[in-house]
Amino acid sequence: MNAKRVDKIATGVINVIAGIIVLILAGLLGYILVRGVPHISWHFLTSPAKAFQAGGGIGIQLFNSFYLLVLAMLISVPISLGAGIYLSEYAGKGRIVEIVRTAIEILSSLPSVVVGLFGFLLFVIQFKFGFSIISGALALTMFNLPLLTRSIEDSLEQVAFSQREAGLSLGLSRWETVIHVVIPEALPGIISGMILGAGRVFGEAAALIYTAGQSAPALNFADWNPFDIQSPLSPMRPAETLAVHIWKINAEGIQPDASAVSAGASAVLIIVVLLFNFLARRVGTFIYRKMTAA
Amino acid sequence: MANYSLDDRFIRELPGDAEVAVSTDDLRVFYGEHEAIHGVSLPFERYKITALIGPSGSGKSTYLRSINRMNDNIYGSRVTGNIMYRGLDINSNAVDVYEMRKHIGMVFQRPNPFAKSIYDNITFALKRFGTKSKAELDEIVETTLKQAALWDQVKDQLHKSALALSGGQQQRLCIARAIAMKPDILLMDEPASALDPISTATLEDTMMALKDQLTIIIVTHNMQQAARVSDYTAFFYNGQCLEFDETRKIFTRPKIQATDDYVSGNFG
Repeated sequence: MNAKRVDKIATGVINVIAGIIVLILAGLLGYILVRGVPHISWHFLTSPAKAFQAGGGIGIQLFNSFYLLVLAMLISVPISLGAGIYLSEYAGKGRIVEIVRTAIEILSSLPSVVVGLFGFLLFVIQFKFGFSIISGALALTMFNLPLLTRSIEDSLEQVAFSQREAGLSLGLSRWETVIHVVIPEALPGIISGMILGAGRVFGEAAALIYTAGQSAPALNFADWNPFDIQSPLSPMRPAETLAVHIWKINAEGIQPDASAVSAGASAVLIIVVLLFNFLARRVGTFIYRKMTAA
Repeated sequence: MANYSLDDRFIRELPGDAEVAVSTDDLRVFYGEHEAIHGVSLPFERYKITALIGPSGSGKSTYLRSINRMNDNIYGSRVTGNIMYRGLDINSNAVDVYEMRKHIGMVFQRPNPFAKSIYDNITFALKRFGTKSKAELDEIVETTLKQAALWDQVKDQLHKSALALSGGQQQRLCIARAIAMKPDILLMDEPASALDPISTATLEDTMMALKDQLTIIIVTHNMQQAARVSDYTAFFYNGQCLEFDETRKIFTRPKIQATDDYVSGNFG
């Protein structure tokens, strides 16, 4: 066989493989959306779930998912920003750094159900937080931290070394250079990474089943005092999220319209995750353009 | 390439009345175990331009970068010997490196403007160091951009991104940014290597114009450039300085064989 022929065959095989991946994704998305979208209505998105009758919605679960996401990001973003800056700007090379890096890699490959059970033992039982938003947020932080740290570190390392030299040569300290030169330039990447992480966290179920719990008690949306247990903002209340709700309906749902609720909820979940992914790209390029070509 | 005796050296002493801006004494740079610069002692006269020339890998850039201790940031590097600046050895832990770099500025081989506007590129560090008045900042931006021969091209787009400028304009912006700090000494590491001939000529004019306010040390691969702009020239070879003399002597009657061969283009 001559080189040209081999090249043609190889290109063909690669194209077919790429096509298969796209087809799988399109099939999956199409199936979920076609089945679920007809069930989505304003009523479905806003009303509470029903355990025994038909006509329940996902309002509280949807709110829980977003609230948990916000809390988890509030905890994990500052920590991973610090860790990412340390690894990319200060750590250098050495044994200790290698250990830290390996630890982060292992943490990121832990199955989420293991993270969930660990969170159950530590936060729910040991710290006596109970099944609560705060337990869930901490478990999600453990799940999110390594991935976020990694993406922040990568974004910072993408910034050319000559930019750091430029800052230092003007008499700026290393810290000032990092804060005012490197981070602004890495911002599009950092924000894209954060939004992608948010999408992953939003769809997470296994880590939450044993930490944030599987029940969604009624909330009083007129009470915004975070210390009242019925307030939507209370971090100590149990909070079933959308992803957990889908799992629960399919595992033990006894509503007459269980499959319809599950389909609708899945479609909502997928749409939100897709929005996050779409947003991650858009916001990243938008900020980059704003900073460079303006 | 001939084998040159590295013991053959000629280092001219500066005339007695010359004011020394900065000098190094037995400066050695190590990367890990490897010694890249083998003890270079050179004086740099104030308000003069000194060119560092030599073949690739001869250590001239490494030497230049160690003068304002930019090598500190390279993992595993170590610099020994003295760097005397205003009677102070700045190669010591007691020295505030960041403060020192305000006095010894640097322009790099590749233009590296910040991803900020042209205006912010120049004012950013100044603001950090306490210059707040808008009028004062405006004035510094205008003066330094004029000195860097960039003002006429950018005066109407000061708030546009610096990354939209051409390579030559970016490099002149970097010079404006460096001289806005009012440094005593400006180190230039092959500043014209990425520029076209017209930009290079402009850059040389800028250097000549800056000479009455600051001392310039420039690394260059371009021998015509060294001959055109510099007052003194140091020839580097294999991590050592083999010859240091007035530029016209280096280019007309070098005392060392290696220098002679290099400036007449026999190797490099």
